[in-house]
Amino acid sequence: MEPVRTIQGTMLPLMRSHIDTDQIIPKQFLKRVERTGFGPFLFYDWAFDHEGEVQPDFILNQAGYRNARILVAGHNFGSGSSREHAPWALLDWGIQAVVAPSFADIFRNNSHKNGLLPIILAEEEVERLAALAADPTAEAAIDVAAETLSAGGEIFAFSLDPFVKHCLLNGLDDIAITLESESDITTFEATRPGFKPSLA
Amino acid sequence: MPRTLFEKIWSDHVVRSATGEPDLLYIDLHLVHEVTSPQAFEGLRLTGRPVRRPDLALATIDHGVPTIGREHGISDPLSRLQIETLIANCEATGITLYGLDDPRQGIVHIIGPEQGITQPGMTIVCGDSHTSTHGAFGALAFGIGTSEVEHVLATQTLPQSRPKAMAVNVNGDLPAWSTAKDIILAIINRIGVSGGTGHVLEYRGDTIERLSMEGRMTICNMSIEGGARAGLIAPDETTYSYLKGRPQAPGGDTWDAALDYWRGLPTEPGATFDSEINLAAADIPPYVSWGTNPAQSAPVDGAVPSPADFTDPAEQEHTAQALQYMQLEPHTAITDITIDRVFLGSCTNGRIEDLRAAAAMLGGKQVHPDVHAMVVPGSGLVKLQAESEGLDDVFIAAGFEWRDAGCSMCLGMNPDILSPGERCASTSNRNFEGRQGRGGLTHLISPAMAAAAAVAGRFVDVREWTE
Repeated sequence: MEPVRTIQGTMLPLMRSHIDTDQIIPKQFLKRVERTGFGPFLFYDWAFDHEGEVQPDFILNQAGYRNARILVAGHNFGSGSSREHAPWALLDWGIQAVVAPSFADIFRNNSHKNGLLPIILAEEEVERLAALAADPTAEAAIDVAAETLSAGGEIFAFSLDPFVKHCLLNGLDDIAITLESESDITTFEATRPGFKPSLA
Repeated sequence: MPRTLFEKIWSDHVVRSATGEPDLLYIDLHLVHEVTSPQAFEGLRLTGRPVRRPDLALATIDHGVPTIGREHGISDPLSRLQIETLIANCEATGITLYGLDDPRQGIVHIIGPEQGITQPGMTIVCGDSHTSTHGAFGALAFGIGTSEVEHVLATQTLPQSRPKAMAVNVNGDLPAWSTAKDIILAIINRIGVSGGTGHVLEYRGDTIERLSMEGRMTICNMSIEGGARAGLIAPDETTYSYLKGRPQAPGGDTWDAALDYWRGLPTEPGATFDSEINLAAADIPPYVSWGTNPAQSAPVDGAVPSPADFTDPAEQEHTAQALQYMQLEPHTAITDITIDRVFLGSCTNGRIEDLRAAAAMLGGKQVHPDVHAMVVPGSGLVKLQAESEGLDDVFIAAGFEWRDAGCSMCLGMNPDILSPGERCASTSNRNFEGRQGRGGLTHLISPAMAAAAAVAGRFVDVREWTE
């Protein structure tokens, strides 16, 4: 994973609560065996009608927002299915951070693993950002080390889990980190009770 | 200090613990399916990492398989490639696969318990959010993403921050016709779809203790619909007698050793939870969901709400959006809603007890002429068991389609999908927009309610149903 230290760009407001991963990337696009190429299908059922025609009113399709980097959304973003295709699709489209009052647990984990930054702010702060983002040229700047988001002359402080922050800033591969403890794993395995199932 | 079931399982699996870092947890069982694993195996290949413990993984094919005409192969080239990829990955790594020619094939969360490989006190993960199902056995089981699938394949561990624990107490006798499905819909209605975020739920109380293993699995299955990655139910005699004699359950002397361990797992008196809620079973009627998330539900003798019934503006807007998508008017009686489709199946309600409950409603009755109804057993073995009991004849005589095992219309990754505007009574777990097919309208209900709705062509209050 590439280090994530700063994110700078325009914002895209999508102020619904409980946006589930079925909306972020509908199931008909989960059949790929790659991690890439999901961007064109982001929010597909909202972005295209039944005939596959572009829905011009949907905010992702508005030219001014095409280069947005920061998604501003409602409560419980990313609920439902564990599909990691959701953060893959957001990143592939160009989104690098999502700001919301709350996130679903699995989506948040999946985002961290891919360098997509989920930022929790208070509901009224998210609403202020969404109001700013009504102007598609409004910029925001995120500083991961400082745990701040600056926009509209304001500085919004957020907090990251220290370990997550460490991994993001250094672009760490957490499998490599775990494998540094391989001897601990081997020791633990030697103590596992014999009644635990195995398909050997 | 008295400890909870959750604390015991957690501490028994900590490989390494350090301040400021998540605990490294050992994973006893990794369940694998075709949709969330290909990129993980590819990641291992690119980094030259082997699968550490292929003997602690079990794979099956469930999400994308057709449930009819399998003898003709899989026509969707993308699904076929995904399935062939899983077969090749299992062959290359030595992971056991229950493929399409194996009677044990089925939904990943049905086959684990069925084989007896889901056992109390284990840690179980799968790249699927309904992994919470296995918590019914007193196992800490949760859904993970594909990066975590790769992590478990490479290390048999996962770094995890410790969640909080919430007790969900349900006590008293359930009213006639109310089921485990109605209990969990009532709980989610109460806590909301994010009420369990950051928590493991432990379902407790005498109502839960009286449930069968199938009912307990239905409840734990939908923990994620309340935002909780995992749900737990303490193991007891019901659990042990379900497990005894199953192919992967401990046998002989190891059974006694396992039983000793399992009996020490339940939450001790005086142990504390971070939060607690209480429900009286007597207050749980059969539920029907009306909206686009599983918290948006009403008693079957109730009505669809109006946005004006809510005080929170966000809730008003969310309700209005749901009613618009669901093509429902405020204050419509639930029993006035007509349906086009019935789906009986899924990891929520695709077990033998669910099929029996639905079949019991049908004796001699016919599916309504305007309704297309199908049964998709949760596994090949559930299908065989149902056929040995003659349930297939009951369903087919009533006009249901009798299909092969898989996830099917619960998520519509295979050809089993709703057409736009079709309204479905579904025993599955999610009523999100487009979940069962773009523009499809999903109502979540219990198997008996689904069977009655199939006959009546609309939702019926099974407590008063005499048709």
